[in-house]
Amino acid sequence: MKHAYTWGAIAVIVVASVTGDVLMSRAMKQVGDVGELWRKRGMLVVIGRVLRHPYFVLGILAMAIAFFSLLFGLSWGDVSLVAPATASLTFVGNAAAAKVLRHEHVDQRRWIAACLVACGVALLAA
Amino acid sequence: MTFRKYLVLAGVAVFGSVGDSLLSRGMKEVGNISIHNLQAVFLAVRDPWIISGILLLFAFFAAYMTALSWADLTYVLPATSVGYVLLALIAKFILHEQVTPGRWLGILLITAGVGFVAGGPALTHAGHHDQLADHAEVASVGGKS
Repeated sequence: MKHAYTWGAIAVIVVASVTGDVLMSRAMKQVGDVGELWRKRGMLVVIGRVLRHPYFVLGILAMAIAFFSLLFGLSWGDVSLVAPATASLTFVGNAAAAKVLRHEHVDQRRWIAACLVACGVALLAA
Repeated sequence: MTFRKYLVLAGVAVFGSVGDSLLSRGMKEVGNISIHNLQAVFLAVRDPWIISGILLLFAFFAAYMTALSWADLTYVLPATSVGYVLLALIAKFILHEQVTPGRWLGILLITAGVGFVAGGPALTHAGHHDQLADHAEVASVGGKS
């Protein structure tokens, strides 16, 4: 039963993480280069623009769900299973989501990178 | 890509991996959380290891958001996965843990993945369109006021 809870938590973490990453990526692209904006307009303008962005708020919500699910997952299962499993599945999930939802140009190079990293992370747990 | 931008990517890798380790240490101290006592997860936030982990994850978050403002998601994630390699090296040389051949192979694959993505462009067309759309939005709002 504990095994099922652990994998349930892993599934929730992966879905929430991918959703949060995609929303954050969209929000930050719309805010623009933070370093440049900081130099031109100051820190408060940067923080204000980021915090008021609706996608940022939704992204935070998704990441909060992922964070608390991670705490549950870590208490039910070994960190050597939960951390690499969520990380490697999130890498592949993000590559697919970024291509479909963010229209990023995920070329062969990026697919290979995502798969290599996902396999590498899974092997670290072995 | 400037030196400052590489520094931000390094920050994402270091803060993220060390923050996760602190959280893991803290949750092991707190112990198992029963499905019938889910509110116990909120009490866990009082643990000093968890607090330190959360502080480092805030630093990770600031660096991550900064990186996402000028690079694609599919560039930032593999490029910052070097944090896993860092953790394995700390485990081997500082904590004197045993790193199995399987783990060395894992490190090799991650390093290859980082090398693959780092050789390509950090930002593809989508981000540029977003910025243009946003600038148009800001201009129209500015025009109305």
